[in-house]
Amino acid sequence: MGESSPKIVIVDESPIRAAILEEGLREAGFTGVVHISEMQSLLARIYALDPDVILIDLENPSRDVLEQMFQVSRAVRRPIAMFVDQSDAASIQASVDAGVSAYIVDGLKKERIKPILDLCISRFNAFAKLQDELDRTKSALEDRKVIDRAKGILMKLKGLTEEEAYILLRSTAMREKKKIGEIAQSILTASEMLK
Amino acid sequence: MTIPLRIGFIPLCDAAALIVAVDKGFAAAEGLDVTLVREVSWSNVRDKLNIGLFDAAHLLAPVAIASSLGLGHVKVPIAAPFNLGLNGNAITVSPALHAAIMAEISGDPVDPMATALALARVVAKRRKSGAEPLTFGMTFPFSTHNYQLRFWMAAGGVDPDEDVRLVVLPPPYMVDSLASGHVDAFCVGAPWNSVAVDLGVGHILHFVADILVRAVEKVLAVRQDWSEKNPEVLAALVRAASRAAEFIEQPQNRAEAARILAQPERIGVDAEVVQRTLDGRLKISPDGTVRESSRYLLVGREGATRPDPVQAAWLYAQMVRWGQASISPAALRTAQAVFRPDLYDAALGRDGKLTDAPGAIGAFAGPPFDANDIPGHLAAFAIRRRKS
Repeated sequence: MGESSPKIVIVDESPIRAAILEEGLREAGFTGVVHISEMQSLLARIYALDPDVILIDLENPSRDVLEQMFQVSRAVRRPIAMFVDQSDAASIQASVDAGVSAYIVDGLKKERIKPILDLCISRFNAFAKLQDELDRTKSALEDRKVIDRAKGILMKLKGLTEEEAYILLRSTAMREKKKIGEIAQSILTASEMLK
Repeated sequence: MTIPLRIGFIPLCDAAALIVAVDKGFAAAEGLDVTLVREVSWSNVRDKLNIGLFDAAHLLAPVAIASSLGLGHVKVPIAAPFNLGLNGNAITVSPALHAAIMAEISGDPVDPMATALALARVVAKRRKSGAEPLTFGMTFPFSTHNYQLRFWMAAGGVDPDEDVRLVVLPPPYMVDSLASGHVDAFCVGAPWNSVAVDLGVGHILHFVADILVRAVEKVLAVRQDWSEKNPEVLAALVRAASRAAEFIEQPQNRAEAARILAQPERIGVDAEVVQRTLDGRLKISPDGTVRESSRYLLVGREGATRPDPVQAAWLYAQMVRWGQASISPAALRTAQAVFRPDLYDAALGRDGKLTDAPGAIGAFAGPPFDANDIPGHLAAFAIRRRKS
């Protein structure tokens, strides 16, 4: 293998996350990166590519398929899992938190793996943050719709102005230690039931 | 004071005792505040248990043994004080392979020797005609499914490493893979065999109970060092699981247990499919044929929950037979020490004498298993590997 760029395979069904990771690896100078998104015949594809490092997300059931690599004596090179090295507990914890796991072919030096793994962890975390922001934006939009409908019900039933309806929602939420969206949702549910 | 615990599981019917222990309140009654974490792979369950993210786990019995022996992976000693299930797997084949086996069979299709011999003839014919080898799916290299498939076909003269392909497939992918022709058959736990039959893409050829009368399947696993530091918590967990297992075995509770297990965040399939498994009344063919077995999945009856070191020895013997482990008296002792009837008895206040448990293993082929002479036992089997 020499000192040339190690061959890295990314196994990930999320094309966006894989692209984010691939881009980061290329920027860091790792040129031999291949993304596999199709889980059928996964093992055959990996054997054909013969990578030095395999990165796979922890939400991927095909991690168990990779375990077969430890069994096949016909395989040219035997991979080892990153979790084997218990001396680096912090790095294992960080990768599990980020949701990624690595398989490294025996013989690749530890100091060459560390930058790959660190980069992988930071990109996975960046993706999770993006996803989280997206989810929050979606739920904020959803909340606004619910709050608007609840305001409408209050205005109609209690003869309030829009502002008064909103103040009532907000003060109730504060008193009940709940989110305005939750209070609004319970108004919708109640009005649905009382129809 | 309640003790928080994080426990990993794979959505399968044999996680029943664990799920019911939590959702029916048996764990809370023991002072445990359990968070069940649904996982997608055995690798995740094993790794998260090993590094301490889980306090306990629903685990394949052979993975617990492999972890303690450090086979193919990091060596972390595991203690298994409670069996979550015996049996429960089935071998399902595609309609085409089913027809091919039935065309070759002489004898009763429920007899695994008859089907294994028929499979050998199918394999020979395919080889002669230049067809691709048959592909069998199983769930993990260190799995009961792997050993059960191998035991069955090797008895008929089919070499599982030379004559067919055995591939690991995550259980949720099994049915699709059978439908698409990616595999010709698979061995997996419930509910996946029933799902394949319901979709018309598979026939259940065997219940594992046809192959082995009594086969430990999943265990409640903890790290050995954790078990030593938290003996009282572990005892409480064993009691909660035991109460759940007994609850599930009461016929009047089955429907409720099935509903609990069917919830989307638990197993996430129809309650009716779960209940078929618990009742051992399975539709085995797309034409609606039903087969009943009192031994399909044992959760809490016939002493199923008490760990039996002979079962651990049998699993270790399979690892040796198929070249995953080398044979040594020390390794055998380590494997047997994973199963902890002592912790089970202490937790439940039992004296260790079993009243209703039949003999161990009960394989359909080969001599009766002898844990004290594994080399002698394995010598009786023609097809086997040597560790490379």
